[in-house]
Amino acid sequence: MTRRGWFSGVMLVLGLIFLYVPIASMVVYSFNASRLVTVWDAAHSPTLKWYGVLFSDGQVLHAAWLSLRVALSASTISSVLGLMAGIALARFGPFRGRSLLLGMTTAPIVMPEVISGLSLLLLFIALERAVGWPHGMGMSTLILGHVSFCMAYVTVVIQSRLAGFDQSLEEAAMDLGARPVRVFWAITLPLILPAVVSGWLLSFTLSWDDLVISEFVAGPGSSTLPMVIFSKVRLGVSPDVNALATIMVSIVATGVVVAAVWMRRRQRRSERDAQLAAAANL
Amino acid sequence: MDGVQDRDLTVPMVESRSQEAIPEPAYLRLEGLSKRFGEFVAVDAVSLEIARGEIFCLLGGSGSGKTTLLRMLAGFERPSAGRIWLDGQDLSAVAPHDRPVNMMFQSYALFPHMSVEKNVAFGLEQERLPRQEIRARVAEMLEIVQMSRYTGRRPHQLSGGQRQRVALARALVKRPKLLLLDEPLAALDRKLRERTQFELLNIQQRLGVTFIVVTHDQDEAMTLATRMGVMDHGRIVQVGAPAQIYESPANRFVADFIGSVNLIEGRVTEAGSGTVLIRSEAPACAIRAVCTLPCTIDDTVWVALRPERIQLQQAQHEGAAVENGLSGRVRDIAYMGDVSICLVEAGATLMRVTVPNSSGVLAHIARHDEVRLGWNASAPVVLLK
Repeated sequence: MTRRGWFSGVMLVLGLIFLYVPIASMVVYSFNASRLVTVWDAAHSPTLKWYGVLFSDGQVLHAAWLSLRVALSASTISSVLGLMAGIALARFGPFRGRSLLLGMTTAPIVMPEVISGLSLLLLFIALERAVGWPHGMGMSTLILGHVSFCMAYVTVVIQSRLAGFDQSLEEAAMDLGARPVRVFWAITLPLILPAVVSGWLLSFTLSWDDLVISEFVAGPGSSTLPMVIFSKVRLGVSPDVNALATIMVSIVATGVVVAAVWMRRRQRRSERDAQLAAAANL
Repeated sequence: MDGVQDRDLTVPMVESRSQEAIPEPAYLRLEGLSKRFGEFVAVDAVSLEIARGEIFCLLGGSGSGKTTLLRMLAGFERPSAGRIWLDGQDLSAVAPHDRPVNMMFQSYALFPHMSVEKNVAFGLEQERLPRQEIRARVAEMLEIVQMSRYTGRRPHQLSGGQRQRVALARALVKRPKLLLLDEPLAALDRKLRERTQFELLNIQQRLGVTFIVVTHDQDEAMTLATRMGVMDHGRIVQVGAPAQIYESPANRFVADFIGSVNLIEGRVTEAGSGTVLIRSEAPACAIRAVCTLPCTIDDTVWVALRPERIQLQQAQHEGAAVENGLSGRVRDIAYMGDVSICLVEAGATLMRVTVPNSSGVLAHIARHDEVRLGWNASAPVVLLK
């Protein structure tokens, strides 16, 4: 027991170091006054200098704003499409072309991103020649490109949620006189909303940090944030990238903590309800 | 739960359950109803007539087609052939949301994101009734199922018995012409089940709604049903009052499915004047039985003997084998409280005998004792198939 406790304790510490030291060092160096990333300037640190530089950098701000708009649109569109695809796959029975739909919606998950990006690029170019749209690459092609792979994830999330969903709830609503459309809005959607939300969040994250596909489908002047970071790093790591990364990490961490606290509260409440019901049973 | 709920249990049930003849015309009529899933025939040309106000139980094992039949009545499955007539209206092609039929699901299917009140009101809201009327009818219905104190609760805050009541209220509040109940008591524990059974009967009589209950539990079917239909492989093999089905099963399947039974295969050696004599090899005995079926000498028949119709005695006098009796050795005795179940070895066959513990017979009989089994000529039921 003690032997195993000692062993797993060490492994836990090593695991945490492996996971968090890179992030922690990045955060620490974002407060470094020195221009050289690898040298700690003890005399002038810590400083918020690089955060200031970051917020006066038009390129970064522009890219962040573009990334935000692309991520919001892409995740919303893919949530709607993924919801429809998920419902079709989980509820419409073995219709003609079901396995094709299943294969095509989940293909982007296993397809190498370079291939997806290249084929999207070729498609957009061919489309522009044939019908005159899109006019060059830009935000619309970015959104479409991101939707093409985000939708796959939403579909999988929704479909698995619907598979574990008691179908008699929908039948009961129908039995009580609700038409299919009404059943969807009153019963199905409220009950799978958590899955839709998590699909949306997943899409947002994927779209926000996608680099490979964006490289293919972005046009001149429409660089997303990951593209800007990547191009900056290629010229040598500049300290303001550390600051930018720190901001992104703290946003994500806040989100995760809030979600965890909310989940725990919900769990406590349902435990209390279950106890209440058990007491009523006596 | 609490004492309030016991108050209505004393409504006399016996008189109102004696309605056996179906008044014409039938309220619900199924004509050659079938359902095939590919090659598999789930329901096979079922024809059935049910009177208004009846509690009809469909009893069968898993895969017997009883649930598919119920789902066709609700409209969730489209019949492959046949018609459904309810109160003069052909329901066969009517969508589930337009049928004057409601269903209580086995899982209750209460909407988890709605309060008790909202759950019950859902059906009325679909009819776009005035808000006042909805509130009044929901309150009235919750009063009937004694759930008025819990209107604001969510389903997960209720116990199993309370959920069952809400599900019942939700299905009844639309005043359906027909209420379908899918294993209504299966999710309740034994004590609660018994009490709920009587409450269900009570509510049914108050509202006069026709019930169709699907169950695999024969006790449930026996206590609830005015009539029941036993299903096997998609067909209804016998329809009748519970006592009729128990006392005179139509075939071996029904005899074996309802209650426990000793089935003995034998040959007719004497026939005529209302009784037959049947000789059996395993166990070796001669059975004289009252029989009105057309059987002739040398026919192979089966005899169903209910364990409680057999008398158990100590083997005192070794007599020659008389009719309606056989000798054996007690292999096991299981004490069940009110009765004891004895397994008696007669040759290679095991006979099951139930003995009321109050009779005192078992005071002198222990395991491995030689015993004698006997029965009256009215006890055995002769079955041709």
